[in-house]
Amino acid sequence: MMSAVGQKGHDVEEKESTEGADDRILTEDDTSLLPELVAHLHDNRTELRQEWATRIDDAHLLSAMTPQEVFSEVTSVYDNYVEVLETGSVEELRRYARDLSERIIPRGVETNDVIEIVLLLRDVLARSLFEKYRDDFALLNRVLNAYEPAANRIAITVAGSFVEERERVIRQQQDSLRELSTPVLQVRERLLILPIIGVLDTDRARQLTDQLLQGIRTHRARVVVIDITGVPDVDEAVADHLVKTVDASRLMGAGVIITGLSSEIAQTLVTIGVDLSKMNTVGDLQGGIEEAERLLGFRVVRTDDAKR
Amino acid sequence: MPNAEWSRSEEPLRVSILAQGGYLIASIHTALDDSQLLRFRSDLLQRIGHDRARGVIIDVAALDVIDSFACHTLRSIAQVARLRGADTVIVGIKPEVALTMVQLGASLEPVHTALDLEEGLEHLASSGLSGSFLPGEDLA
Repeated sequence: MMSAVGQKGHDVEEKESTEGADDRILTEDDTSLLPELVAHLHDNRTELRQEWATRIDDAHLLSAMTPQEVFSEVTSVYDNYVEVLETGSVEELRRYARDLSERIIPRGVETNDVIEIVLLLRDVLARSLFEKYRDDFALLNRVLNAYEPAANRIAITVAGSFVEERERVIRQQQDSLRELSTPVLQVRERLLILPIIGVLDTDRARQLTDQLLQGIRTHRARVVVIDITGVPDVDEAVADHLVKTVDASRLMGAGVIITGLSSEIAQTLVTIGVDLSKMNTVGDLQGGIEEAERLLGFRVVRTDDAKR
Repeated sequence: MPNAEWSRSEEPLRVSILAQGGYLIASIHTALDDSQLLRFRSDLLQRIGHDRARGVIIDVAALDVIDSFACHTLRSIAQVARLRGADTVIVGIKPEVALTMVQLGASLEPVHTALDLEEGLEHLASSGLSGSFLPGEDLA
């Protein structure tokens, strides 16, 4: 008698502690239904998988992948899905979803597709549950109590992992782009060139100025040629920043020559009314380097001219 | 501000002014407040007359901030020095300081600036004209 009471008390305690834990998907009432649900999904693995793959195909999702690939991914996701229902832990699924995202993102799969696919599976499974429990409405209700939160959580996990992976790729690309796109190069003693390619936003402009000023110091540059042939558009903010870069370089003892102003950009600058009077501009990079050489006292002579 | 710092301004300034071959080299060692800057200005201008200097180099490498008052003072030093026959070069502005100055709109124009002491001396030696685009123009 005593031991039975003790056992009961222990049970209650355990229930309370599991209720509090975030990782649990089910309320204790429906916990007993979990094995049944999992067993159902195990038993009908083949048909449900096939059904899902067909629905994906019908909806023209994942068209970049072959049917075989789709089916093998479908199988993996399905098994992971069932595992989550069985264990209540989404860690494994999250890892798999990241890995899957890494593989399918380069093939142009969009976030919408992924969410739709997961929701399709949710739909397929829910329908099969309706089918199975249609005679016992009360039981169906309880089964859905167990199933719905888990299914939602799975959908959120998969979609979330996909978006995370996408963002990671974007960040990585931004970083590498940023590093690649602002080289400060020494072409002669005391002469640096800074070819700017691509759109200049505020962040990049600041980083570029930092690199240039550091470069002036390390290379002891007297003249810097900034070539903006590769900059598609110059707005007021960028022009203003260029002027500031020129001033800051001058404070460090280096003169700046700007080259590669296209006629459109030059017109824009004049229209905006940017004060370029302090800037030394030369038409193209070649002219800029020649001017810089002249300022530094270099003279470049063809070898056969020199012999004469 | 000058009143508050009056007692401190009686202390020896943390600026060394050295004479070197007709040039004066003034190195600022720590941040100067407004009254100290003004004292530095009068000290330096006196030395220019006293030493009959042809050129002045002001080394600001130790400064982490050059505000508009400092810019103004440095410019006025250069202008007065010019009137007394000496060219001024300001050297040692750090990259981050240069950027901040530009963003604040503080300008040293038309004072010549150079990377460091060596460059500054070279500029003066090439009978630098302050305000020219580059020292290299004179060298060439």
